[in-house]
Amino acid sequence: MTNTSIRINVNGKARAATVEPRMLLVHFLREHLRLTGTHIGCDTSQCGACTVLLDGRSAKSCTVFAVQADGSEITTIEGLAADGDLHPLQQGFWEEHGLQCGYCTPGMIMAAVTLLNDTPSPSERQIREGISGNLCRCTGYQHIVNAIQHAAEKR
Amino acid sequence: MATTPVLPKLVGERVKRREDPRLIRGRATYVDDIALVGMQHLAFKRSDIAHGRIRAIDTSAAERMDGVEAVFTGKQIAEFLGPMPIGTPFPSPDHHAVAVDTVRFAGEPVAVVVARDRYIARDAADAIVVSYDPLPAVVDTEQAMTGKPTVIHKDFANNLAVPLVPSGTGVSADGSSVDDAAIDAAFKSADVVISQRMVNQRLAPTTMEPRGVVAHYEPGKGTMTIWSSTQNPHILRTFIAALTGLGENQVRAIAPEVGGGFGAKINIYAEEYVTAAVSKRLGIPVKWAEDRTEAFVATTHGRDIIGYVDLAATRDGKVVGLKLRLIADIGAYNMLLTAAIPTLTMMMANATYDIPAVRCSLTEVFTNKTPTDAYRGAGRPEATYFVERAMDMLARELKMDPAELRRKNFIQPHQFPFATQTGAVYDSGDYEKALNAALKAAGWDRLKAERDAARAQGRLVGLGLSMYVEVCGIGPSASLPTGGWEHSQVTIERDGRISATTGASPHGQGNETTFAQMLADQFGVPFEHITILHGDTGVVKQGIGTFGSRSQAVGGTALHMAGAKVKTKMAKFAAALLEAHEDDLVFENGTIGVKGAPASAKPFASVAAFAYRPVPLPEGLEPGLSDEAFFEPTNNTYPFGCHISMIEIDRQTGEPTLLKLVAVDDAGHLINPLIVEGQIHGGLAQGIGQAMIEEVVYNEDGQLLTGSFMDYAIPRATDFPRFELTATVTPTPVNPFGAKGVGEAGTLGSTPSVVSAVVDALSEFGVAHIDMMLRPEKLWRIIHGGRS
Repeated sequence: MTNTSIRINVNGKARAATVEPRMLLVHFLREHLRLTGTHIGCDTSQCGACTVLLDGRSAKSCTVFAVQADGSEITTIEGLAADGDLHPLQQGFWEEHGLQCGYCTPGMIMAAVTLLNDTPSPSERQIREGISGNLCRCTGYQHIVNAIQHAAEKR
Repeated sequence: MATTPVLPKLVGERVKRREDPRLIRGRATYVDDIALVGMQHLAFKRSDIAHGRIRAIDTSAAERMDGVEAVFTGKQIAEFLGPMPIGTPFPSPDHHAVAVDTVRFAGEPVAVVVARDRYIARDAADAIVVSYDPLPAVVDTEQAMTGKPTVIHKDFANNLAVPLVPSGTGVSADGSSVDDAAIDAAFKSADVVISQRMVNQRLAPTTMEPRGVVAHYEPGKGTMTIWSSTQNPHILRTFIAALTGLGENQVRAIAPEVGGGFGAKINIYAEEYVTAAVSKRLGIPVKWAEDRTEAFVATTHGRDIIGYVDLAATRDGKVVGLKLRLIADIGAYNMLLTAAIPTLTMMMANATYDIPAVRCSLTEVFTNKTPTDAYRGAGRPEATYFVERAMDMLARELKMDPAELRRKNFIQPHQFPFATQTGAVYDSGDYEKALNAALKAAGWDRLKAERDAARAQGRLVGLGLSMYVEVCGIGPSASLPTGGWEHSQVTIERDGRISATTGASPHGQGNETTFAQMLADQFGVPFEHITILHGDTGVVKQGIGTFGSRSQAVGGTALHMAGAKVKTKMAKFAAALLEAHEDDLVFENGTIGVKGAPASAKPFASVAAFAYRPVPLPEGLEPGLSDEAFFEPTNNTYPFGCHISMIEIDRQTGEPTLLKLVAVDDAGHLINPLIVEGQIHGGLAQGIGQAMIEEVVYNEDGQLLTGSFMDYAIPRATDFPRFELTATVTPTPVNPFGAKGVGEAGTLGSTPSVVSAVVDALSEFGVAHIDMMLRPEKLWRIIHGGRS
């Protein structure tokens, strides 16, 4: 397969690259752009560690080819804090001890961005369902729920 | 006059973690985030059969691929990498990092590729063709013990890795002499004997970050730097040095940000040895990053112990004897601590009870499966499960409240330190206090009324209760092949900032925060002025690592001791400056002054500066403020608690729902209750996961059927109610903070409490015990098919 040229806007910056058609978006972000805050936790789209915003909606970047994202706008965890101020969700995760090893955290936060955009004042049940596509092995989720509630109240 | 701000005491407070800013911004560096100039990517060709002889390996297609740097078969690797060592004294078969002539589990490495990028490396590994002469796969644990269908390692008859180790009442300390009189008499005197075979099933630890290694051998210097997702970089350094022919002083091992461990990142793995050896061989930096599919076969599994439990009691509920026969399925090879893990199950079989006679035996069995090793709790959840499930069955048999049965049998507070029948010496405990706290927090009597009311409506609701005691703060050097101490160095820098190292290398436990809390209090300086360094043998001189809930109890104590040494020296410098006696000084609010005369106080930083340019040098002092300590505890610690579950099962579908989980945990004094709660939540999630949804399954050919997150379920947010936590505080005398350790506690009581709740919910069907996991189909068959 011949390599393909793509243009993707990532965290507000226009990026152009030539990639193999089979390259996953997550590898493009991590290895071409060195945006390593987006993590890889599985290879079956189950864990959500690779969640980014693709044209404003959370998406698992291991399930998108970089060529499919041609022309899109991507926001990764590195692009979430505007001008150094923490996003309310980042603040919530810090305040409420919503992370331990931190590996699932970027994906969890990016999934929660879409959750709160869709449902600004979610119930606990809605929060748990909203992040059920993201796995965390450390926290038992309770402090993550608290973190998202914290962010919902502060927004 | 300006008043000095008062610095609050931080130990015992819910301090926000200082690790978090880098993690929530995506600015942390995990192994796979590392890129070195000239770095190549390593991939493994793995066996796709469980057992067989390698007839031939054709690497020619892989070698021809553009971008492939090197290809090695197991035979070629063995030319420069010897068999892997283990950390236990048990006999063990040769285990090559890459199989040489025989594969013994599906997923065992058979060849290695090094290539320009990870895609090419994967392609090349896939292009290697291996042909095998298949052998029968040994899968069933108890059948394996008869040597059927075959023997996996030629020197281990009947697949017995450890034939039989006895322990308990009547067994001499070295296990060589056994006297059955007491245990036989106990069972003879009993009115009731509960006998049950139970399976504590195989689990996949499943850290969210898979493992990974970057090895960088620099031929010019003759030194190796190895980054690995490990819980114990110093142990890694020792073993990498030994196997690559380097001195420990030529190897620098770094655990960068580590995305969870749960015991599975204690072991030193084939992939670590191979990546290091290949980097040395080729003289270039090499990276291996495990993918999830690999992790399920290549990272050690946990549990997998069958227990035959016999519990003898009088009619009024006094336990008089316990027999526990353990059969551990350890998979295809012994790894670092594999053989030792089930011995902890024997050690903790005495549980929280004063049992006159306890007899255990342990057999460890090879099968054609991924090897087992530590997984959160590591032997203690299994002990808790077997004993607590048996206690629950006994309560049901005697028609006693399960809480009352426990109460009748507890070791009493005045009996501590308590030497158990199984060789442990419990440091401190008040089990009835924890039980009462749990009953109160749960509203036990009200819950029973709710359960009964629900049943009257035809609903299947049950309650389960479990006590636990675990062995933590590991431990004196006799209890660990690595030594059982921890190390710390505390340095007051010239500007009064404090740098402290710890060998307890965390991977989510928040030691950077808790240890800074301790030093802030010790020196009376701002929390922000303290940096905790860890995870790098180039920076941290010595260490063991983070496992066995030991960071605080052992590592925290070493830190405090090193701090105390530096503080004593700093007081001498301050005494010289203040023309006071060092015993009259007080460290507070960022100053050092004479007690009762705060106006005289010198800023902490100016005393530090003086120590590095001491003119004149006070008599008997060397310049500088840096000192270290090794701490080895005299004993382990024994945290305990009580977990209560309430479950409802859907009569139509058999699906269980956890309605309530109340946990009382006694870990002694807590440094940071917020972090402790997080640890307990995570442990509960894994303990409940074992009971309800997690199970590693192999088919009869030894193929792993649960090799992805589509088949191996780890809990999601929707699986849990809000956990209700309470603490009781029974300090340990073993260390000055009285802290016992809490990392594994959640996995202890939760599992049997959930299973007991399900058995309770299904009591109308006459069920006495159900093996985990509690999949809906299994429960549905009990509901719709009658007795189990």
